[in-house]
Amino acid sequence: MKQITAIIEGVGSVVQLMMRSLSYAGTLPRQWSRFIEQCYMIGYTTLPIVAILSFFIGTVLALEAGYAMQDFGAKEFIGSLVGLSMARELGPMMTSVLLAGRVGSAIAAELASMKVYQEIDALTTMNIPAAKILVLPRLAAVLVMMPVLIIIANIVGWFGGSVVARYVSYVGISPEAYFAALRHYTKFKDVINGMEKAEVFGFVVVLVCCDIGLNTRGGPREIGAAVTRAVVVSLILILVLDYFVTKILL
Amino acid sequence: MSDAEATTSSCSKTRNPFTGAEANAVGVKVDHVFKSYGTAQVLKDVTFDVQPSEIFVLMGPSGSGKSVLLRHIAGLELPTKGKILVDGHDPSLEESRERVRVALVFQAGALFNSLSVYDNLALYPREHRSGDEKAIEQKVMHALKILSVEDAAKKFPSELSGGMKKRVSIARALVMEPQLLLYDEPTSELDPVMSATISEIIGTLKNEYSVTSLVVTHDRALALTISNRVGILMDGELISLGTKEELQASKDPRIVDFLNPKIDIQHPRFKQLENKATT
Repeated sequence: MKQITAIIEGVGSVVQLMMRSLSYAGTLPRQWSRFIEQCYMIGYTTLPIVAILSFFIGTVLALEAGYAMQDFGAKEFIGSLVGLSMARELGPMMTSVLLAGRVGSAIAAELASMKVYQEIDALTTMNIPAAKILVLPRLAAVLVMMPVLIIIANIVGWFGGSVVARYVSYVGISPEAYFAALRHYTKFKDVINGMEKAEVFGFVVVLVCCDIGLNTRGGPREIGAAVTRAVVVSLILILVLDYFVTKILL
Repeated sequence: MSDAEATTSSCSKTRNPFTGAEANAVGVKVDHVFKSYGTAQVLKDVTFDVQPSEIFVLMGPSGSGKSVLLRHIAGLELPTKGKILVDGHDPSLEESRERVRVALVFQAGALFNSLSVYDNLALYPREHRSGDEKAIEQKVMHALKILSVEDAAKKFPSELSGGMKKRVSIARALVMEPQLLLYDEPTSELDPVMSATISEIIGTLKNEYSVTSLVVTHDRALALTISNRVGILMDGELISLGTKEELQASKDPRIVDFLNPKIDIQHPRFKQLENKATT
């Protein structure tokens, strides 16, 4: 019963924070520098790890698909499998998982530390809402940067698949054939669906991590606990939401 | 008399340290306030007023609930029972903060670590759009000058000593052009010279600008130097309220013991410590 109450309270707190932050949306143009700073944190610093991970996801997909399809003589379809898997599922999912691990943890740690060391209280007494200057720029930045990350993740993943398709002996199909199948079966709508998913995951991850950070109580030890909680809750939410968003988008 | 009238004085004015403009000084009304965290009762029926433009000092031993009460007056916490009014308004509401400027000088400074000292001070006027960048710069540098920390403008809080952090924290509060200034242990962790400087600054802010000040401290010297009135809080109860002369004349053994602490080295606790040290 206690856990159910805690979950309901948590959902209520996150929804409240979202409403409060969005009510300050009109102030965003005046917070341009904060927005750019968050775009840099969420987009630019996450980019290398997203690229590396996506490349290897593409290679593994092509390897597994090549191995399974060689018996059926259907190796030409590897491109379509890698293309669709990356665009619809693995691109948005893995990018969001990375976002939770890298950016979500950093957000939770920063806000928890500001809470523990009374910086959030100082903002309150100055009548500067944390939702306005700390949460809103991050939410706006994640909405702008997620599609960029997803496009890059897809392109790099597709390229990774093509490298395996070309150079691994038991797969051995030309890049032309690989990309022809990818283009034929992967529609623009699939890429857009993936981006929509990523937008939902990214928004929820940032919102939840901000909420957990801002609700940290106690001493420095609680900062670590808040980070762990933020990452775990984010990962669970990504997986749960993945099912529902996929169901809606199909 | 209404609550609003009780905490406002039309004859008492504060003077803006930057523009010289006058504004009504504000008072505070703490009315039968109780606060408990779970089963722990931290504040028990605390009632007092702070008059406009006075320096009210709240003293008491560690853990007596002074800082908790200050957080309530700053609007950071809500009482379990009772009410607190600043200039007739509930300080926990956002619209009240727009009407009455209340600044809190935190015990540990609570400076924004990711911002330079200059940006720490400029944050409030920038967010509340009080003037262009040039006017903000003048205001910030003037506040830093009042506190003699203008050389620290470009430094980050991590590069400052404890005393400088305290002074920057007061400067940040000053930039808000507060009508009520709350200080939480302003002289803790400071050497005697720095403590004297801080108490001088608090006195100057009151004398020059008539800012209502509420100071929470267990520093007896500070309290007796700067206060107009003193309240003593013990175990969450306000056991004494009056001028410093009345306080010093008090025969209440709890107050006498608090003001003139005697260390009994024959106390079993000291014997235990002595034995530990020898072994």
